[in-house]
Amino acid sequence: MSTHDTPTERPTQRQPVKFYQTGTFTVGNRLLPENVRSVQADMRRTNSLNSGHRACQGCGEALGARYAIDAAMQATRNQLIAVNATGCLEVFSTPYPETSWQIPWIHSLFGNAAAVASGVAAAMRVKGHSDVRVVAQGGDGGTTDIGFGCLSGMFERNDDVLYLCYDNEAYMNTGVQRSSATPPGARTATTPAVGRQPGNEFGTGKNVPAIAMAHRIPYVATASVANLRDLEQKVTTAMAIRGARYIHIHVPCPLGWGSAPADTIRIARLAVESGLFPLYEAHDGQVTARTPIRRRVPVDDYLKLQKRFAHLFANEAGKERIALVQAVADRNIAEFGLLAGDDAHG
Amino acid sequence: MDKPFAITLDVGSSLANRTGSWRTSRPLYVDRLPPCNHACPAGENIQQWLYHAESGDYEAAWHALVENNPLPAIMGRVCYHPCEGACNRGRLDEAVGINSVERFLGDEALKRGWQFKRPAALSGKRVLVVGAGPSGLSAAYHLRRLGHAVKIVEAGPLAGGMMRFGIPKYRLPRDVLDGEVARILDMGVELELNRKVTDIRQTMRDEGFAAAFLAVGAHIAKRAYIPAGEAARMLDAVAVLRDMEGADQPMLGRRVVVYGGGNTALDVARTAKRLGATEAIIVYRRTREKMPAHDFEVEEALQEGVLIKWLSTIKNMADEGTLTVEKMALDDKGFPQPTGEFETLEADSLVLALGQDVDLSLLDNVPGLVIKDGVVQVGPDMMTGFPGLFAGGDMVPSERTVTVAVGHGKKAARHIDAWLRGTKYAPPPKHEIATYDHLNAWYYADAPKTVRPVLDLVRRQSTFDEVVSGLDETNALFEARRCLSCGNCFECDNCYGVCPDNAVIKLGPGKRFEFNYDYCKGCGICVSECPCGAITMVPETI
Repeated sequence: MSTHDTPTERPTQRQPVKFYQTGTFTVGNRLLPENVRSVQADMRRTNSLNSGHRACQGCGEALGARYAIDAAMQATRNQLIAVNATGCLEVFSTPYPETSWQIPWIHSLFGNAAAVASGVAAAMRVKGHSDVRVVAQGGDGGTTDIGFGCLSGMFERNDDVLYLCYDNEAYMNTGVQRSSATPPGARTATTPAVGRQPGNEFGTGKNVPAIAMAHRIPYVATASVANLRDLEQKVTTAMAIRGARYIHIHVPCPLGWGSAPADTIRIARLAVESGLFPLYEAHDGQVTARTPIRRRVPVDDYLKLQKRFAHLFANEAGKERIALVQAVADRNIAEFGLLAGDDAHG
Repeated sequence: MDKPFAITLDVGSSLANRTGSWRTSRPLYVDRLPPCNHACPAGENIQQWLYHAESGDYEAAWHALVENNPLPAIMGRVCYHPCEGACNRGRLDEAVGINSVERFLGDEALKRGWQFKRPAALSGKRVLVVGAGPSGLSAAYHLRRLGHAVKIVEAGPLAGGMMRFGIPKYRLPRDVLDGEVARILDMGVELELNRKVTDIRQTMRDEGFAAAFLAVGAHIAKRAYIPAGEAARMLDAVAVLRDMEGADQPMLGRRVVVYGGGNTALDVARTAKRLGATEAIIVYRRTREKMPAHDFEVEEALQEGVLIKWLSTIKNMADEGTLTVEKMALDDKGFPQPTGEFETLEADSLVLALGQDVDLSLLDNVPGLVIKDGVVQVGPDMMTGFPGLFAGGDMVPSERTVTVAVGHGKKAARHIDAWLRGTKYAPPPKHEIATYDHLNAWYYADAPKTVRPVLDLVRRQSTFDEVVSGLDETNALFEARRCLSCGNCFECDNCYGVCPDNAVIKLGPGKRFEFNYDYCKGCGICVSECPCGAITMVPETI
């Protein structure tokens, strides 16, 4: 299954790119040498998640999964096995007997992806296939709620698995129910926009990247489908490390968020640029790098494109709640120093 | 049935699931018209030649440039670059310095001796071009490329027209002009100097020309009646600038007054300064906003110490060199009206720069011509009322600039070619303009702080001031790479990368992309995330 006979070495550090019309903001750039273009720009990319999958129009998760797995495939010279939790990604990619996956792929249960992946990694070790690497992947429901015990165990044992969480902030597959990753104020099927405090309760939720860091595992990062270069660099970095690793990827869901399919990347970008979804990486529990905001925007720009937040714009009470969301963004910006410098781009 | 327990079907690929059937609208690759191209009076494909320059292939860039305009080194100095005014990059930071890159390419071509492509096949037809100014040279070049035998007849002693006898040397060095003229002649274009065509029909008949392009320019200075003493020194601007080309420079004196508000008035005032005048004063009857001269020329003239008296007319000039000037006031309609207030100005000479008329004497015996406001009327194909006789440049109704003249020459050449072949030239349909709202400006890199000084330098260098040299390769490349490629795919791979369904097929370098409509669900992310607006969505037909 080798499509890359001679894989090019990709640097794990962000490339300082000279002023080339679009720099590295676009997927490719004809003015850059091939080895510093993104994996996705490559005509021979793996397309690990192939066409014909049944994800909705403009699905952020389908995009995020291909970005991450293609990068991991490149980094491991295609010696990769993927374990999948139950969720949209599993359902839309593998209706029996079809599969969209062009890599060895296994699904067991909703909550045990991390445990199954630990087992696959152990099996590979026992069989002497030290070059075969394992990723586990799931949505926010399968990761932050149902699979959380298994995930914590995988972290604590420092099993050699990269866990990828595609965070679309609710249980989309079953009809948009709230998860512990649903942001405050968001309307879901189980947090309707009714009553005096419409939408998801403020002060709830779980910060899984921070919990992963608290396990002192070798590598934790956050990423977004709006920043492909950053995402690929993080996956590549993760695959160069042995032990438990975790990457939390923000993936908009047009259906669940009530946004236009064409706006998927735009919305993900606004989440990053507003400060609501900070991009950073941590080694051994310490934050070591953050991706600065390029053009800061108020959270309104992000919220108003999504029907799940429409009630915040309906009345005066909503304004106060938007101010609370803005406070979250401001705190992230201050905590991670997201406005400092612009040296990651060029 | 040799399958494991409970397995009844073979493993299949999701490729069996043609998700393209979900689509209600489909993405389409388009080419939109970049605003720079749209604004160019010479019809240059600026975005295209910048594309080649971006990758450092200056020779390809130059060849793409001269497809439309054979005079890039001249353009890069004297063009008023309406392209830069239209540039979408101006909304991001500053317009791309198109003019300075054009000058760089033009100078590179002269330095390296790049030559024009020769005509593919000869037509056997002879075409006469009257006048070796920008319009005549452009027409001759394009006609030659189309395979015709071309002869230019020029009344003056040298080729160039107003580029030589109207534009001062500090704006256009003569070796640049000579170099670009010579390259056109090298294609096999014949040039006869010092011959004035007096009867165009006779000349065509005698020498067997199947068609003619007239571009004699406008060289006769307009006069205004100003009572003056016999010893008063009154000159016209055209003559002053023409004399600058001769061995003896015009004697203007220490105090020079120029009357008029066009670019020519500024050229004369700036020339006077360079000839050593301590005072060069422009007298103009209206205000700065109403002045026809280009803003940057006014600015440069003021920087050089030229003074301008607004809202003033000259009533008379006495022998001792004293001018009587009347103050004017604008009325409700914006026209200047006399106020009855007078003042005097001391001047050794007065130069009139009140516009130019066309010498139409060569057309006396031509029937069917329409002449209005002193210029020859032409159709959209640049043909006059007399079949086979075409005209362009300053002698037809137009904005009188070098670039417009070059554009006329090209347009006329195409119609002359069609006319000679007995067909009609139909210009290709124009694409929709790639306005700023078609772009996703997020993707364009900002000019980082370190390159700001370079950028500022580029601005300074695009002022045509020959005291400052042109761009060198590094900053020319940098400037070219600031182009946003509005409306035309530059292969950034964004559509290929952002499709959640892998429904974009990358065809390889230079070949762009195509959609795989079997799987494209029509989400439109590719349209939203295309930086340059080269994709559009159209509804599916049912």
